[in-house]
Amino acid sequence: MMKQNFWTFVVEQHEKLFMQVIQHLGLTFSSLLLAIIVGIPLGILISRKEKLAHFILGTAGILQTIPSIALLGFMIPFFGIGAIPAIVALLIYALLPIIRNTYTGITGVSTNVMEAGKAMGMNSRQLLFKVQFPLAMPVIIAGIRTATVINVGVATLASFVGAGGLGEFIFGGISLNNSNMILAGAIPAAFLAIFLDQTIAFLQGLKFRNLNQWRVIGSLITIIALAYYFWPTPTSNKLKAGFTPEFMGRQDGDLGLRAIYGLYMNPKIISDAIMYKAIHEDQLDVISGYSTDGRIKAFNLKVLEDDKKIFPPYYAAPIIKSKTLLKYPDLEPVIDLLAGKINDSLMTEMNYKTDFLQQTPEKVAQDFLKSIHLYKEAGLRNAGKIRIGTKIFGEQYILAALYKMLIEGHTSYAVETKTGLGGTKICFDALVNDAIDLYPEYTGTGLLVLLNPTEENIKEVTQNPEKTYHYVQQEFKNKYGIQWLKPIGFNNAYALMMRNKDAHDQRIKSISDLKAYLSY
Amino acid sequence: MIKVDAISKNYAEKSVVDTISFEAHNQEILILLGTSGCGKTTTLKMINRLIETDTGDILIDGQNIRDKKIEDLRMGIGFIMQNTGLFPHYTIQENIATVPKLLKWDKKHIQNRTNELMHKLHLSTDILVRYPHELSGGQQQRVGIIRALIANTPVLLMDEPFGALDNITKSEIHTAFKSLDELKNKTTILVTHDVQEAFELGHRIALMDKGKILQIGTPKEMIYRPKNDFVSNFFASNRLLLEHKVTTLADLEKMFHIQDIIQPSLSAQSSLSAQSTVWSALQHLSTDKHDFDRYEKLSKAFAAYRKMQIT
Repeated sequence: MMKQNFWTFVVEQHEKLFMQVIQHLGLTFSSLLLAIIVGIPLGILISRKEKLAHFILGTAGILQTIPSIALLGFMIPFFGIGAIPAIVALLIYALLPIIRNTYTGITGVSTNVMEAGKAMGMNSRQLLFKVQFPLAMPVIIAGIRTATVINVGVATLASFVGAGGLGEFIFGGISLNNSNMILAGAIPAAFLAIFLDQTIAFLQGLKFRNLNQWRVIGSLITIIALAYYFWPTPTSNKLKAGFTPEFMGRQDGDLGLRAIYGLYMNPKIISDAIMYKAIHEDQLDVISGYSTDGRIKAFNLKVLEDDKKIFPPYYAAPIIKSKTLLKYPDLEPVIDLLAGKINDSLMTEMNYKTDFLQQTPEKVAQDFLKSIHLYKEAGLRNAGKIRIGTKIFGEQYILAALYKMLIEGHTSYAVETKTGLGGTKICFDALVNDAIDLYPEYTGTGLLVLLNPTEENIKEVTQNPEKTYHYVQQEFKNKYGIQWLKPIGFNNAYALMMRNKDAHDQRIKSISDLKAYLSY
Repeated sequence: MIKVDAISKNYAEKSVVDTISFEAHNQEILILLGTSGCGKTTTLKMINRLIETDTGDILIDGQNIRDKKIEDLRMGIGFIMQNTGLFPHYTIQENIATVPKLLKWDKKHIQNRTNELMHKLHLSTDILVRYPHELSGGQQQRVGIIRALIANTPVLLMDEPFGALDNITKSEIHTAFKSLDELKNKTTILVTHDVQEAFELGHRIALMDKGKILQIGTPKEMIYRPKNDFVSNFFASNRLLLEHKVTTLADLEKMFHIQDIIQPSLSAQSSLSAQSTVWSALQHLSTDKHDFDRYEKLSKAFAAYRKMQIT
């Protein structure tokens, strides 16, 4: 397959890109508008009531420090998924600079000028609008500029809660190992930040002293913000679907659902960290998940039968560079101790313990190793250091903990784990560039995401898990000098899932049933 | 007319203004004179309620200032402040038009009145479109005066209006200010720490110290009839100059034959008149050596006059 270049990608995807830019602007402007509506009056209020200033600025400052993903996670129970939680989160980030600059601007107006205004008989309203506000305007605008740039950046994370925006390309690209897709999201996002910053700077330079002119600008922002809501979006189905960016771009994912089942879900794009929570909170009805995920059990979800076989089962196995195996000769036999030891139900059970029973991956790993009599206390750790990476979901954390205990118990190597790397691409690049030494990967991901084979190749090698394993093992060795070690035992495949109750009520057991239900 | 009746102001137990009473008459410029911290500015600002009195009453034309809406009170009082207090975001034109706009004057009226006052204070109308920071200090202060005068209020309050200006600019503005016919229908109260300015502009002077008025009277009374040592000591360093300045040729004329001093000067293109001060007359005569005898004669007459005033 020919490598796609950046421009062909952009040209091909221009409709999607345009949509994402509109969504991104919509999110940024809606939140900005709200932040202005809330922030400026608050700033004025605290400039008059000094006692409140400390409290309000402090609170806004604390809100600012909450990590954006965590904030988005908190929002789901209150606001569901989609644009609203994203806008609320963005509003919270935009508040501090706007409140603070309004306060600083207004309190910075010289007392001499204020006294002159009072002495001429201005009332407090006239003083505010004719004196304080115009004089504080440059400082307030600077705050709005800061807030705009912050929001353009944070709005990329809105795609985690299905609110769209350029984050869809950025995080989709990271999951799918598609640099063009990452750039198609990142470059417009950077450009938007610069463009908006400069536009505001330009407007500031015009020295608007007249409130009427500000009203014009205010309405302009409002129009852009509103345009986002009235932009024609595909009509939604009876069931709301949420898929991960990776699932969206894979043959054994949304592409397959469309091609083989003729199932068009118009899904929201959402991060897997938030997806399960969203279906549990009734914000979504159908999600793409992994067949061994502990939350299937925890949240009482129904895995729909893949009756047309578009999700081939994949082995999970650790991958490692050949040269690393040579450097640390004791490593391979120890890692292989786990080969074939964990079947689907054991893995699901362990995932359930971490995802639902809230046990730490380390505890779950230790309990398991003890149960199969492989656990040993860590001994000397002076023969070198092995770095294990993981992707950002529970199963990988458990696997990393298992390998760490095995290696430290059975060899003299020390182990450092680098957990929660943001996606397949980040993990794989880290391995190729020697930032980590091994991580658990799935043969299907290796095949479809990393190797990019032709369609015939795919058909041929996905007939059974063994064929896939042998193909990727061969190709990885030749292309990257990377070894696939022996499979751990369980198969992990993509799966569509619904809440058990809904599936039962609508008598949906398979993906074909779902298709039938939706087209009915 | 302004009647101030036993007003006081305390800040944190410290008395800043201590039961002060005085009256300021129509057509008069009353000076509140004193060193920094004597309470003169506080007293002034209590008149337009930028500072509220703790006790006592202030009446303007018989009406208590607390009985009026505060904005209406202030719109009826022109106020000129030390650092001009011009709005930096308004052009000169907009600055001047601030109060007329609050009073909803029509554009034409504002325009005419602005031009009239610009002319009287020797400002070019070219600067109307500029911003305050583009003007010199003297120009800014003139604009401040115009802004305070434009609505033709019956009361004018001035807080160290010329304090930040150099001496030459200051005396130019003094001259322009004194000749304004706008002052003729006003009660003006001016605060200053500058003794010479007080004598130059004031019809009456109230000398303040530590929140009290020590003496209130005409410049001549302040010099020749000081009520106590503080008052006479306050003027000691400028005394000779002030004495020459408070005495006019008309004063001397009543007692001495000095017609021959005044007459030739009047015929010449000089500015001497009966209203001229002894100071300016002597200065005038000292420039020409032919006037040596007349200078001496005037000096003698003044010395005799002075002796009579003091004893």
